[in-house]
Amino acid sequence: MSHHIVEVQDLTHTYPDGTAAVRGISFRIHHGEAVAVVGANGAGKSTLLLHLNGYLTPQSGTVRIGDFPLTKETVKDIRKTVGMIFQDPDDQLFMPTVYEDVAFGPLNLGLPPEEVEHRVQQALQRTGVEHLRDRPPYKLSGGEKRAVAIATVLAMSPDILVMDEPTSNLDPLSRRTLIELLAGFHHTKIIATHDLDMVIDLCERTIVIHEGTIMADGLTADIFNDDLLLRKSHLERPLRMQACPICSQR
Amino acid sequence: MAKIESAFLDLTYLDRLATGTTVVHRLDPRVKVLTAALFVVCVVSFDKYVVAAMLPFAVYLMIIMRLGEIPAGYVINKLIVASPFALMVGMFNPFLDQQTVLLLGSWAISGGWVSFLSILLRFCLTVTAMLVLIATTGFNQVCLALERLGIPNIFAAQLLMLYRYIFVLLEEGQRMHRARTLRSFQQRGMGMKQYAYLLGQLLLRTIDRGQRIHLAMLCRGFDGTIRIRQTLRITTRDIVVFLAGGMVLVAMRRFNIALLLGNFITELLQ
Repeated sequence: MSHHIVEVQDLTHTYPDGTAAVRGISFRIHHGEAVAVVGANGAGKSTLLLHLNGYLTPQSGTVRIGDFPLTKETVKDIRKTVGMIFQDPDDQLFMPTVYEDVAFGPLNLGLPPEEVEHRVQQALQRTGVEHLRDRPPYKLSGGEKRAVAIATVLAMSPDILVMDEPTSNLDPLSRRTLIELLAGFHHTKIIATHDLDMVIDLCERTIVIHEGTIMADGLTADIFNDDLLLRKSHLERPLRMQACPICSQR
Repeated sequence: MAKIESAFLDLTYLDRLATGTTVVHRLDPRVKVLTAALFVVCVVSFDKYVVAAMLPFAVYLMIIMRLGEIPAGYVINKLIVASPFALMVGMFNPFLDQQTVLLLGSWAISGGWVSFLSILLRFCLTVTAMLVLIATTGFNQVCLALERLGIPNIFAAQLLMLYRYIFVLLEEGQRMHRARTLRSFQQRGMGMKQYAYLLGQLLLRTIDRGQRIHLAMLCRGFDGTIRIRQTLRITTRDIVVFLAGGMVLVAMRRFNIALLLGNFITELLQ
């Protein structure tokens, strides 16, 4: 199945104010892979993600999602394939109730009512928030909002999930629940994050971005063991891979 | 700070009222929207010196509030908050229009005062009607009804978004206000100038958020129309209520019921 592949080649993006956010990035992500995109604040992670669902079109270089190169003509199909989960769920939940929010995408796809109903039900079940169906989004907790935001994307049945900081602002239990939920998905996953412990749990591959370029791309285990590389790119070993502060002081 | 926070609680309260299950709540939202519109048209179309003929409309509203279990205290509170607008509009009438139109014993009452009173009464009636509409229907249902009644989709969408994000905006404003209060000592830094900065900042944040929301909508196939998959079913009961309610309103507009009632009682007494 070639249509779950994400391929980026020599991508650059310069914002109108002259900031070169992405300066020649290339990678290829295969079907079913889970890849973490890590790097310092302002390294260009978000800009990169915005290219993957066609919000930004490449200024130079190419982005290919499955069999399509990303252009103005294909952007609609690409958005069906790539589900994007935003950092702030409030940006993503804009309809008056959870149900209507999850139904928003399928209705826009022009699906028949029964199919819409079915998909909404499935998506809510999958993320474990069926009981929130008729609630307005502003009455949900942070964890619930995140789960609903994921449901809105799942209802579109995308092949590729792109996530920006999925674990930010969650309490530890909600974070764990979310990680388990994501681990159960068989989609191709691209996750931009600072939560390196989650990366150990979810992603076998990590791409380190530094000042708009790729600093390293390889197995998560290798990258997190390279202290020099981590320090250069404003990162540090995930807590779980650091020596225990209590035992090691003895 | 207290003000912003209470405004927030208030909206939630209105929402809670709308989850009731009284006879009024169960009516089709379209019926309620149309009746409320008719009510407002009737009230504002009265001549500028009319006061007594409008009183039956107040009784009409009170009956609906009673049926819908809307607490009067809440409505009165809202009226007081909004009253400065009406006071401003009518304030100059007593000065501009000094012609005597009414004699109460030796008291000469000028046309200006009568029209001022009339404006206040209209304000109370129309604002209460809208509050009662939203408190018994829910804002989202009102939007849905408007859309089904044929107002352009873009307006319905605007209203829906407005209501969804007013909560987010209030929270954002609340956080900024709190941050400022904590760092302004003895009222320094609480001036108008800082307010302007705060508002500017809020506007910029709002624009940013608007862009992100738009992106989120595009990601899920938004093409300019918001599709709401909710069906409204109109029953015979709804039609009967609409016709009866509408006829009462038209009758109250057409005939001065207060006057008729007054004449009737005077005749009885004689």
